[in-house]
Amino acid sequence: MRAADVLLLVAKSIRAQRLRSALILIAMAIGVAAVIVLAALGEGARRYITGEFSALGTNLIFILPGRSETTGGQPPLLGETPRDLTLDDALALLRSPYIANVAPVVIGSAPVSGGQRERESNIMGSTSDLLAVRHLNLAQGRFLPEIPAQRALPVCVIGQTVRNELFGSRPVLGQWLRIGDRRFRVIGVLASEGQSVGVDFDEVVIVPVASAQALFDSPALFRILVETKSRGATMPAIEDINRTIEERHEGENDVTVITQDSVVHTFDVILTKVTLGIAGIAAISLAVSGTLIMNVMLVSVSQRTAEIGLLKAIGAASAQLKILFLAEAALLSLTGAAAGLAGGYAGALAVARLYPAFPITVPGWSPLAALATALATGLLFGVLPAARAAKLDPVEALARR
Amino acid sequence: MIRLNGINRNFTVGDQIVHALKDVDLAIAAGEYVSVMGPSGSGKSTLLNTISLLDRPSFGNYELNGKNVTDLSDQELARVRRENIGFVFQFFHLIARLTAAENIEMPLILAGVDRNQRTQRVEQAIAAYGLGNRADHRPDQLSGGQRQRVAIARATIMRPGIILADEPTGNLDRHSGIEIVDLLERLNRDGVTLLVVTHDPALGKRAARRITMVDGAIVSDSLAGSTD
Ligand SMILES: Nc1ncnc2c1ncn2[C@@H]1O[C@H](COP(=O)(O)OP(=O)(O)OP(=O)(O)O)[C@@H](O)[C@H]1O
Ligand SMILES: [Mg+2]
Repeated sequence: MRAADVLLLVAKSIRAQRLRSALILIAMAIGVAAVIVLAALGEGARRYITGEFSALGTNLIFILPGRSETTGGQPPLLGETPRDLTLDDALALLRSPYIANVAPVVIGSAPVSGGQRERESNIMGSTSDLLAVRHLNLAQGRFLPEIPAQRALPVCVIGQTVRNELFGSRPVLGQWLRIGDRRFRVIGVLASEGQSVGVDFDEVVIVPVASAQALFDSPALFRILVETKSRGATMPAIEDINRTIEERHEGENDVTVITQDSVVHTFDVILTKVTLGIAGIAAISLAVSGTLIMNVMLVSVSQRTAEIGLLKAIGAASAQLKILFLAEAALLSLTGAAAGLAGGYAGALAVARLYPAFPITVPGWSPLAALATALATGLLFGVLPAARAAKLDPVEALARR
Repeated sequence: MIRLNGINRNFTVGDQIVHALKDVDLAIAAGEYVSVMGPSGSGKSTLLNTISLLDRPSFGNYELNGKNVTDLSDQELARVRRENIGFVFQFFHLIARLTAAENIEMPLILAGVDRNQRTQRVEQAIAAYGLGNRADHRPDQLSGGQRQRVAIARATIMRPGIILADEPTGNLDRHSGIEIVDLLERLNRDGVTLLVVTHDPALGKRAARRITMVDGAIVSDSLAGSTD
């Protein structure tokens, strides 16, 4: 029996049993479409989140005080602080040819009052470089002036929430703000960032780093943000950072360096696994269609008993009958899977139309995985009916009419 | 060419054993025309099924064309059957969803004959059995006689040396019956060994050799012209 003939015979038999075939096709199609759509949603979520992180600045490196002893790529939480990171450490990094901008950051919290109101607010001390490093935008006024980092200056830039709560709709540029026991003049208002990952810039008051150090009475930096000149400069920049810190910290490299890439990578790995998990669950629905296939095929075998007996009488071996029935299950599930692929892609497209901001994407592996699973279930659940057909006693099969 | 030695076929029904064939010895030479008669339940069909290798004897020995075929594997049995034996049934047993031509083609497909040769042989068969304008009809669009002609075309498409017919006219009117018998006998004249099971004495008498069975045993085996 030739392969082309097997296909032809099977196609005829599928066409002859419309309702039965339609049932199997629908079951398979739903399972496959579910795999495609869910995988696409997971992949979309992965892209969305990693994209958000990348938007923070692609060539970003964080330097945290304290050495994390973890050996793997996971970003550490806060390590202990054996030696403070200082402003001079940050400025020394600028000597590296791979580093474009360095923004030292001090963070603290203090009561802030302006107008007639007061609220507790996050205070961030930094330099003018922060604007470029964190890709911030201004709604009004200017950002911190380009002054030597060591110089304190009584100016501040405030976030949208701070502005609204303290000043309402009144003009704010040039107004005075009291932070703790010092006064700062408002020179700029940040544009609303939405929920940007990390710091909520709507809630923050930014002052020159030296002013923040004085305010909190501590020379220690919370962290240093470094922007490299290009993506390829990341590795040499990290080497320079480690060397510089080691030189300045009496031969001890007591900081933790995290790249933006490694954070994105971690999320990437986690979300890829989540996507695989979701798709796996959807694939279970394919197994359910598999049992349906088996039932329907078993019914078909018993309905076609006489035909099977006849085929044996005109020279079909049991193995040939097995092949015919297996091929039927396989062709049915593959056709169903193809319909499911079309449906799944259409579904993904529909989501993309409805939510243009969400980057839904069908990952390349999912159609292959869905097809393979469909075929495997078809064959797996086709085995029993096929074996039953092959085992039929031809004499009894022919006697029945 | 067909040689049965001490063939027994027992069926177990409940706790009873039915002896469908009892110590059957039978030798049929190539080109013979044999009819098998006998009351219902006497084992005629079982004999035919044994000869066609569709059924395996409980005991005994079966030689086909000088070769012992008693203990062949399923694969080998299928091949021997396909190459040596054509079967014609009382109820035609055509596949309902396939056309006449496609039904006739089935054994060739199972044998792996290539498409060109298949088409050619099927066309010849359709012409030879007068089915020219019915080739694309499905069985339910054919008369009984036409259906049986399709079945005979299918049984002969592999050019087997033996044709086994179990009540080939049992479901046909007189006229179609005679037509079918003519066809089978023509095949026999061309050298095909023909075995016909029938309840119709008139049909039985047309065979040169007549076998009568009772209760699973052959009780008479006579040649035409000899006194019986
Ligand atoms: N599969 C089976 N199981 C049990 N008994 C069977 C089976 N097949 C045949 N028999 C029995 O074997 C005996 C012979 O049956 P067989 O079909 O060969 O008779 P037959 O001569 O062809 O009868 P008929 O003229 O009615 O077709 C009968 O008693 C029948 O009941
Ligand atoms: Mg019978």
